[in-house]
Amino acid sequence: MTEPAVDDPVWTRKHLLGLADLTRDEIEFILDTAASFQEVSTRSIKKVPALRGRVVVNLFFEESTRTRMSFSLAAQRLSADVLDFSAKSSSTAKGESLRDTARNIEAMGVDIMIIRHPSAGAALDLSQAVDCCVINAGDGQHAHPTQALLDLFTIRERKGRIEGLNVAIVGDIAHSRVARSDMRGLIKMGARVTLVGPPTLAPRTFEQFGARVVHKLDDVLPELDVINMLRIQKERITSPVFPSVREYVQLFGFDRKRLARCKPDVLIMHPGPVNRGLELAADIADGPQSTILRQVTNGLAVRMAVLFLCQQAAGKGR
Amino acid sequence: MNLLTSEQMHETLDRMAAAIGAACPEDAPLSIVGIRRRGEILAQRLLPLLEQHGRPAAQHGALDITLYRDDLTTIGPNAVLRGTEIGFDITDTWLVLVDDVLYTGRSVRAALDALTDLGRPRAVKLAVLIDRGWRELPIQPDFCGLTTETTADHIVKVKVTEFDDVDEVVLV
Repeated sequence: MTEPAVDDPVWTRKHLLGLADLTRDEIEFILDTAASFQEVSTRSIKKVPALRGRVVVNLFFEESTRTRMSFSLAAQRLSADVLDFSAKSSSTAKGESLRDTARNIEAMGVDIMIIRHPSAGAALDLSQAVDCCVINAGDGQHAHPTQALLDLFTIRERKGRIEGLNVAIVGDIAHSRVARSDMRGLIKMGARVTLVGPPTLAPRTFEQFGARVVHKLDDVLPELDVINMLRIQKERITSPVFPSVREYVQLFGFDRKRLARCKPDVLIMHPGPVNRGLELAADIADGPQSTILRQVTNGLAVRMAVLFLCQQAAGKGR
Repeated sequence: MNLLTSEQMHETLDRMAAAIGAACPEDAPLSIVGIRRRGEILAQRLLPLLEQHGRPAAQHGALDITLYRDDLTTIGPNAVLRGTEIGFDITDTWLVLVDDVLYTGRSVRAALDALTDLGRPRAVKLAVLIDRGWRELPIQPDFCGLTTETTADHIVKVKVTEFDDVDEVVLV
């Protein structure tokens, strides 16, 4: 080991809480590191010893299948040991606070906590309460940084760049942490972001972040390079902010007719799980423009990169 | 102090290529894998030389050993991944691992672990441009350009035009 790799490390953060405070260089560094990790998943032995002997805990206070599995598999591919915590079967059901729960778990010798929580700010709060690394896997409507990073990674992979692309995020913007994190990341990387939805779900207040807000999907279709369709959260369909399902599908559902008005190489994304026939027609979700499954695959490499970089930043001198 | 000039560096690599070509069994596919970053460059330099000596490499690639290092916990954010690019199955090849400087032997140990995860070569041979001594592990080169005595506070720097604008080896 004759030479240190670089003079000025780009990544020095032990937590990943959101994209709002990251620089463009830092985001690019994560994406580049993730690209290196893709190779690991193509081997017959899909494992490297980088986090051997480290303990990663999934602290999930909200339902999740793919994000939790993706983080678990990413940690295992780095040779870490993984513990799963779910709120239902634990003492939080008995009234224990987040901080107390986290401190107790940390006392078992944990290196990285991955938290998903229904309250915005839970990840930040946790990072102030514990010494280990904290990675935000979604907090309320605030942020979901690894989803945004894997979306950026997928766009860069398919389009060769992010800068200058016209990207639309369509659906329930107001209640979506994915929309917020995607918007932050895309704008930082130089994309032009258009938020599309009915006024109740895509309010003009989002323009303050540098995005354009429109209420008619059909007006912008021909100019878009990437369309990210958000999942319509079923629990909102009965609420007053949501138009009727039929009206929503008519105005914002993406189907073959709308695809015909797009650029031929438009990229269709979705954070999953897809409500087929609601926000996205089934033949589009499975079509050649769709990159939904690639997003899932890339999510693994991106999460390996995040786990590795945060642990490296925390581990200096240990 | 200058250990090798650009010209001497080329001659040394040529001698190493000749030795590798002579040693590789005729019935085995020769594969060349350089350790990133400077071993990778030297591996690329060896390819045309091997061809000139009539024993071209069947495949070649670059190995990133960062994730296999035994000092990952102490180097912190200085660990930068550049990725492994080995687009072939190393199993049953006669594999020559190339690095610039052999020192403690820990890089080579990490590289051997990384190769084990990729497949099972018929043999793994080690080629280094400079052996500066001070081994901390029982690892020795099979092909060595130059052996030089050093003290522990010496730095042996292999410079290549790709990164340093010049080809030379210096001892500082």
